Amino acid sequence: MTALSRRQVVLASGAVLITGPALARSPGAPASPANRWGLLIDTRKCAADCTVCVSACKAEMGLSGHDRPLTDAQYIRKIEVRDPVGGKLHSLPVMCQHCAKPPCVDVCPTGASMKRADGIVLVDRHICIGCRYCMMACPYKARSFAHEEQTGQQPHLPRGKGTVESCTLCVHRVDEGRLPACVEACAAKAKGAMLFGDLNDPASEIARRVASEATTRIRADLGLDPGVRYQGI
Amino acid sequence: MRPKALTRLALLATLSRQRARVIIAILLALLTLPALAAEPPAPPKAKAGTTCIESPSVMRRDHMEMLKHQRDDTLRLGIRGAKASLKGCVDCHSTTTAEGRPVPVNAEGQFCQSCHAYAAVKPDCFECHATTPAVKEAAR
Repeated sequence: MTALSRRQVVLASGAVLITGPALARSPGAPASPANRWGLLIDTRKCAADCTVCVSACKAEMGLSGHDRPLTDAQYIRKIEVRDPVGGKLHSLPVMCQHCAKPPCVDVCPTGASMKRADGIVLVDRHICIGCRYCMMACPYKARSFAHEEQTGQQPHLPRGKGTVESCTLCVHRVDEGRLPACVEACAAKAKGAMLFGDLNDPASEIARRVASEATTRIRADLGLDPGVRYQGI
Repeated sequence: MRPKALTRLALLATLSRQRARVIIAILLALLTLPALAAEPPAPPKAKAGTTCIESPSVMRRDHMEMLKHQRDDTLRLGIRGAKASLKGCVDCHSTTTAEGRPVPVNAEGQFCQSCHAYAAVKPDCFECHATTPAVKEAAR
């Protein structure tokens, strides 16, 4: 019998914790306001050179770029912040923060930018006219615009030219009771810095940690109540 | 009436008759050509062992309405597992090449395209939606 490495044991114990955040919703049932999906990201476990979540997101969502970093679609990006006093460097993934009071929804002239009952902020591309007000309004720079005709879309994520897009919190997976692709990849291939769950469910791991540990929301001063929280910054 | 005027009238009559014949011939050609081309489309058969959610006559008439209702329910309310879904259409109605590569449903002669070309309606669905079924996780 081969001895398990420390890494394997740690990963396996993590795998127990991260099994199914919730049961798949039964067919025909709408998203419920009883849930509030959120992420808790521990930046102490997030290495500056690691982009596992970003590449997992690109593969899951079928995002293909044109090698133009300024305009290519990105649902997650890694940003680095340095404490000006001590020089401590933090690296953190930033995606749509799924605000409870999303400014992108406030400014949308057509109602395409919307918040689902369970707190997931989405773009209804059927009625998006591509005006990009939401991109201007978002303080997290979370949204992208599809400038070119798209090919190779994933069946669960339609995306096309002339519409705005952003992180969907892997709504297609969440509805099936699975974890977002970035969270899954971070647990499997990196240090498991991301925790997904229901902030409204006091029994969930994320709600327990938010209740008992210090967590921050980026630009909390704006009062948007994001569903994504960070630790260690 | 003077004979000269009579001949001119006769000339005019033959000219206009000739012109009328040409116009009729053009009109006939215009009317019959599309009729000849308007063989009903023969889209590829759906995957063997699958049954559509409704009869072909209902699907032909109402599929767009079904999909329009479903898209709003699914995206905005989060209702999954609806009877009608574009993903379902693509899953059953896409074909594969001899080498097993999937063919887009909006390619020439394929299920969606053949009928839409016949009906002269351009579907916008596939500017965003995938035109081939999902690739297996392992294949990625």
